Amino acid sequence: MSTPLLSIQGLTKVYPGVVANSDVSFDIGEGEVHALLGENGAGKSTLVKAIYGLIRPNEGRMLWRGQPYAPGAPAQARATGVAMVFQHFSLFDAMDVAENVALGMDNPPPIRELAARITEVSHNYGLPLDPSRMVGDLSAGERQRVEIIRCLLQNPQLLIMDEPTSVLTPQEVEILFKTLRQLRAEGRSILYISHKLEEIRSLCENATVLRLGKVVGRADPRQESARSLAEMMVGQSLHTPSREPAQPGKLLLEVRDLSVASPAAFGTALKGVSLKVHAGEVLGIGGVAGNGQDELLGALSGELRAQSDAVRMAGEPVGHMGPTARRAMGLLCAPEERLGHAAAPDMSLTENALLTGAWREKLVNRGFINWPKARSFAETVIQRFDVRTPGPHVAARALSGGNLQKFVIGREILQRPSVLVVNQPTWGVDASAAAAIRQAILDLAQAGAAVVVISQDLDELLEVADNFAALNGGRLSAPRPVKGLTMDQIGLMLGGAAEGETNAAA
Amino acid sequence: MLRLEKRPSPSRAWNYATPIVAVLLTMIAGGILFVILGKNPFEAIKLIFWDPLFSEQFAAYSRPQLLVKAGPLNLIAVGLSVGFRAGIWNIGAEGQYIIGALCAAAVALAFYPADSVLVFPLMILAGAAGGWAWAMIPAILKTRFNTNEILVSLLLVYVAEKLLAAAATGFMRNPDGAGFPGSRNIHQYGAASNMELIVNSGLHWGGVAAFVAVLFTYLLLQRHILGFHVQLAGQAPRAARFAGVAPARLVLMCMGLSGAFAGMAGMFELAGPARLISIDFNAGYGFTAIIVAFLGRLHPIGIVLAGMLLALTYIGGELAQFMLNLPAAAIQVFQGMLLFFLLALDVLSNYRIRLAAPSRSPEGA
Repeated sequence: MSTPLLSIQGLTKVYPGVVANSDVSFDIGEGEVHALLGENGAGKSTLVKAIYGLIRPNEGRMLWRGQPYAPGAPAQARATGVAMVFQHFSLFDAMDVAENVALGMDNPPPIRELAARITEVSHNYGLPLDPSRMVGDLSAGERQRVEIIRCLLQNPQLLIMDEPTSVLTPQEVEILFKTLRQLRAEGRSILYISHKLEEIRSLCENATVLRLGKVVGRADPRQESARSLAEMMVGQSLHTPSREPAQPGKLLLEVRDLSVASPAAFGTALKGVSLKVHAGEVLGIGGVAGNGQDELLGALSGELRAQSDAVRMAGEPVGHMGPTARRAMGLLCAPEERLGHAAAPDMSLTENALLTGAWREKLVNRGFINWPKARSFAETVIQRFDVRTPGPHVAARALSGGNLQKFVIGREILQRPSVLVVNQPTWGVDASAAAAIRQAILDLAQAGAAVVVISQDLDELLEVADNFAALNGGRLSAPRPVKGLTMDQIGLMLGGAAEGETNAAA
Repeated sequence: MLRLEKRPSPSRAWNYATPIVAVLLTMIAGGILFVILGKNPFEAIKLIFWDPLFSEQFAAYSRPQLLVKAGPLNLIAVGLSVGFRAGIWNIGAEGQYIIGALCAAAVALAFYPADSVLVFPLMILAGAAGGWAWAMIPAILKTRFNTNEILVSLLLVYVAEKLLAAAATGFMRNPDGAGFPGSRNIHQYGAASNMELIVNSGLHWGGVAAFVAVLFTYLLLQRHILGFHVQLAGQAPRAARFAGVAPARLVLMCMGLSGAFAGMAGMFELAGPARLISIDFNAGYGFTAIIVAFLGRLHPIGIVLAGMLLALTYIGGELAQFMLNLPAAAIQVFQGMLLFFLLALDVLSNYRIRLAAPSRSPEGA
């Protein structure tokens, strides 16, 4: 093999108390799509940050086409030919596409020239995008295109993609993969980070597996099964969630013709949403983020008030009630945004346990907080849901995404809900934690609760849900039993805006 | 090159250390200021921070003044700290202080010269109610029309000052005062007088009220779910709504509490050290209390310590004025620098400073 494009040799990065990367070495060849696999906290982010010049490693070196490469800042990495698409988009809703692209460039050309180049690049790579549209009006898939095109305008040799498909519909994923294959055909290299093992098997020719900061395996993903890759990543055999089929019980949650305006400037209003969930049933709600998921969760949790009979709990109208009253009745929720919505980032886990557990767990007596009881509730959640943390005094923001998610879900499940609504339960969560969370959701339904799972991850919904409905532009499709549903049918249910884009690309 | 790196958890050590470091830096910068003014910096700083408490010449007068000044500062500051923790910025305590005093004066003057034990408690209630009502203006405007409480409460200070001037020269003027501005001397009206409780201690009912307020706030913030919700709303507003906190109710509660405490402070000052309603009745306690609240880390115990320190700068500042001919504004600059250093150093609680090796090729736009 000739000189690799990027050779990473013995990279080590130590944070106080944590070794994020330990002696990591691998090569990325020219025109190679290389997968970086690992659980959350395995050190993938640290590694790509080092490549992109956001942090400096303590030891080891990198070679770019045989020359020493030690970027001190992202600008330097970009000048060398490295571009990165982040998992969380850094875009401004109130600006148009061209302005957003210009903001991320080191030397942006005049806006009109840039708009012409955006149109040109987006055409060449089959990523239709109108440079004059407001970013606030774009779907998640289109927003990602903005980020990708921003990178492509810099003509990179190496494109780093962090979890690129987690927000896309199956059709959008196909478009993205076409683009990525085209980039490879042009001789560019891609470093691809994902939890979705099937994707990696269809796209990548080499994989490096990280666990606890160390390289634990290298593989050709095309030769491996998704299961063997996952086990390499986790270091143990994986548990697939399972449960006994059950007869649905009585109607616990009913939403009838629910319409609420969104509190956010670029949010989606709910329009005439109706659904029914019975005891023991899991309803999966699919759809791309930004189609009313946050609003639906808010309307069910009580953060958004509706007409009293638009939401009923076991027959009782609760639409006018606030979160505390609904919790008292057994309607509990776990929002998508862990930091800042489901949990307060700078508060300890004990305080975060109190956040929703105050009344149901009787942590408050005549308004006065029983701190020892709150702490022991937090400890119970930590222990029962295997939250990896030194203890309940730790600030929520110090936990990894997966661990905090286990805490948030555990906090609600341990309060014995009769109805549980979760939004994106495993977003950014590693494979083993995701399996544990899904199993907990299934166990809860098994025990007689009604569960609503809102997720963008279709595989997840097909795994846990009995019935599937799609949320699109604030409207909910009629639920259909998951059994016998094909990917194509689901794609049609998700339909709407996403369909338009796919046609344009075809 | 210096770089800021976010800490995984806020640093407790720095949280406690910043007020002390800020005071030291203020002393150094203040000393430089005094040198520029042509004074001996060591003498000036000793005069401000040491002599009021320990010099034989001044301590007898100055020491009791400590509680006199710290009382209103602490009472106002603990009230403000609750709102500040919730991210509700009442900057107009000075105005609420004035209105509280005016309402209390109205009660006292209405009863004058009746001798009843009810007058004093009624004045306390009137003072609290006046401050509360004045704070409700920005609170209701915020909850109804989403106005900015910082601007509205601040501008209402100037409205209150105009009312104060009108009262002192007009509707509350002493009818036996030969036309001089200023109300009757309320301190000399027995039923309404806020007497010193222990001779030469400087402790009057305002100090007692401040102590009770500190205790109340401590319990509220540390032990009560309402205090937890206040802190939650300040740190993560969305999580607070998820927890069931109604933001509008919180605004009304926090503004009302701080207004009532400020109004009470105005009442105690009126019936005690200030003695009467005059044009220059207010001495800036309402603004200085903002510094006290932050210097005390918005924690009730910290506020008591910070209140003492700021009280000392008032007393020491006055001493430095006669003894060294320092301009009165110098001490305000001193207090301002303290807040400035404190806020600047606060960065260290959440970030650590890294000395990054200079980039070999500084690139970019």
